[in-house]
Amino acid sequence: MRDVAIVAFAQTGHRRRTDELSEVDMLMPVLHQVLGETGLKARDIGFTCSGSSDYLAGRAFSFTMALDGVGAHPPISESHVEMDGAWALYEAWVKLQTGEADTALVYAYGKSSPGEVRDVLTRQLDPYYVAPLWPDSVALAALQAQALIDTGAADEAALAEVAARSRTDAAANPYAQLTGDVPAGDYLVRPLRTGDCPPVGDGAAAVVLAVGDTARALCARPAWIRGIDHRIEAHGLGVRDLTDSPSTRLAAERAGAFERPVDTAELHAPFTSQEVVLRTALGLGDEVSVNPSGGALAANPVMAAGLVRLGEAAARIHRGESDRALAHATSGPCLQQNLVAVLEGESAHA
Amino acid sequence: MPKEPVAVVGIGQTKHVSARHDVSIAGLVREAAVAALADAGLTWADIDAVVIGKAPDFFEGVMMPELYLADALGAVGKPMLRVHTAGSVGGSTALIAANLVAARVHRTVLTLAFEKQSESNAMWGLSLPIPFQQPLLAGAGGFFAPHVRAYMRRSGAPDTVGSLVAYKDRRNALKNPYAHIHDPGITLEKVQAAPMLWDPIRYSETCPSSDGACAMILTDRGGAARSPHPPAWVHGGAMRSEPTLFAGKDFVSPQAGKDCAADVYRQAGITDPRREIDAAEIYVPFSWYEPMWLENLGFADEGEGWKLTESGATELDGDLPVNPSGGVLSTNPIGASGMIRFAEAALQVRGRAGEHQVPGAAKALGHAYGGGAQFFSMWLVGSQPPAG
Repeated sequence: MRDVAIVAFAQTGHRRRTDELSEVDMLMPVLHQVLGETGLKARDIGFTCSGSSDYLAGRAFSFTMALDGVGAHPPISESHVEMDGAWALYEAWVKLQTGEADTALVYAYGKSSPGEVRDVLTRQLDPYYVAPLWPDSVALAALQAQALIDTGAADEAALAEVAARSRTDAAANPYAQLTGDVPAGDYLVRPLRTGDCPPVGDGAAAVVLAVGDTARALCARPAWIRGIDHRIEAHGLGVRDLTDSPSTRLAAERAGAFERPVDTAELHAPFTSQEVVLRTALGLGDEVSVNPSGGALAANPVMAAGLVRLGEAAARIHRGESDRALAHATSGPCLQQNLVAVLEGESAHA
Repeated sequence: MPKEPVAVVGIGQTKHVSARHDVSIAGLVREAAVAALADAGLTWADIDAVVIGKAPDFFEGVMMPELYLADALGAVGKPMLRVHTAGSVGGSTALIAANLVAARVHRTVLTLAFEKQSESNAMWGLSLPIPFQQPLLAGAGGFFAPHVRAYMRRSGAPDTVGSLVAYKDRRNALKNPYAHIHDPGITLEKVQAAPMLWDPIRYSETCPSSDGACAMILTDRGGAARSPHPPAWVHGGAMRSEPTLFAGKDFVSPQAGKDCAADVYRQAGITDPRREIDAAEIYVPFSWYEPMWLENLGFADEGEGWKLTESGATELDGDLPVNPSGGVLSTNPIGASGMIRFAEAALQVRGRAGEHQVPGAAKALGHAYGGGAQFFSMWLVGSQPPAG
């Protein structure tokens, strides 16, 4: 395997609404920032890959306009996943592994504000038997939360503590949408209160990947991707144990996450109860700093939030605040699909 | 360490039709996947990862359908990627799956692309208006017709060329049991007499809307050695993108298409595509795109593509058969159309194309494009493993 690192990361300030910005407007500053940090131009990049969803944009082929923002002339080697940008990063990592490229630009964006994201996400359920019932994303997460509480692994107070810790940590994150003291709030869907749920918001993120010495030349302390893997589970909630996340555990195992302890974990857990499930699946103890950015409870730009986790973990390594970090992204209802990457600084175990 | 050679050992397609009312989306994709597994002599347990592609989610009205399709495609517990690069997506999806094998991340990968257009309305899906952007009010044909007209003016092509392509492709489709449009009574006169839709594009020169899926099993050298049937080997593959609209964009022969072909030929060691390639499956949704892409892909000099078509060289028995399967003009489940091009190229070099087999085809090109002629993906496959 070639050594591949995240060498630059940028994100927007995540906001409740961005009515005055198109997706391209929202994305452009982030693209300029990551390229600026590395000194690379679009034409220098070996491979470009993005993640987004037409259903958020409300129109087909929405990503084609975003490409215009990249400046794809002369023509570029480029691809797109209709998934969270974390999977675009995975595709770019594979491309770098083939040896056909030495650098990659990865970006993702999502605007939830034009629609009702709870309703929109129901359209990703089984179209014949489930979607016609319109069970929304909070209701499904509430089923998962109740199942977790029923096992005795958590109670409502424990969930509220997750929310409080996340939003307190987010106070130090200038990009977070929701920070500071957040009351548990009223029930949104029992047992989840507003405090257990993510804010609805718009945002974008971008990273640059590079191999070997190219990475060292572009970044003082590259965040090396020591392993990355992703796994999917059955779609039907009735055939899954919602209190466990075997796909996260398997992806982590394949990514080498259990070979040595990590000091940081950025988990894509939009709901407090999902952080509990993920911590257990990953065997994370209290000594691990979980979601020091505030996580998806502080900012949840759909389709970019997973890539933001990889970026936040990498940025801590860049800054010397972490030596070995785990980053996680999720997709689908109740943690159906999960990606895990292990990132390390150069001298993590020299 | 050089890349692992990639082999196509299994290919499956559904019969493509206007509306598959007898199956769900899951049933449709599973049919193609099961056929590909049977061709490869493999079972679900042999598959390490699934890479799936389709065109916009609005075409079926399901957001990120790969989530719901994970069960039907045996992906539970495995990695699953979902690709979307507009009309080129079927080709891109195959290339991303091939990269997983080439990079030695996985050994055997199922890749699949589909569209079940009867679940919704493609014209509606393409026409959702958003502020401040140019709407494609007349659908894809309305977007591409002016560029066809520009090609005719630039090349001096007579206005009869488009109908020749449609007549050829629809006759080829009669030899392909999976093709959507089977019109045994077709004549050149009938093609020419069809109503004009978007001048100069006649109804008979446009692609249908199809339900269908196409699947391939890609594997490494070891997997190829165990294959019950001859594999097709990937000799080169590339993607190129350029913006939809910009000053200087050449809609007749986009730079991204030229660059993509050049990259594929470089990888495959092709210096004279016209002589060295035995069959080409080219994404031709409107008949005039055959002569246009023949130039863009380097099979003919600029302005000369129509002469190649007119000479009969691109007929099934010509010296450069183009779209022996019947092409997109005969079968267009949009998200799958690119992968069908790639798969048909592979069928040719495996010698498994049945009645539409080009005798002795040893090298074949699969080509796809999408968006406003801005996304390109191509591969070149051969009957022998790549050198080195």
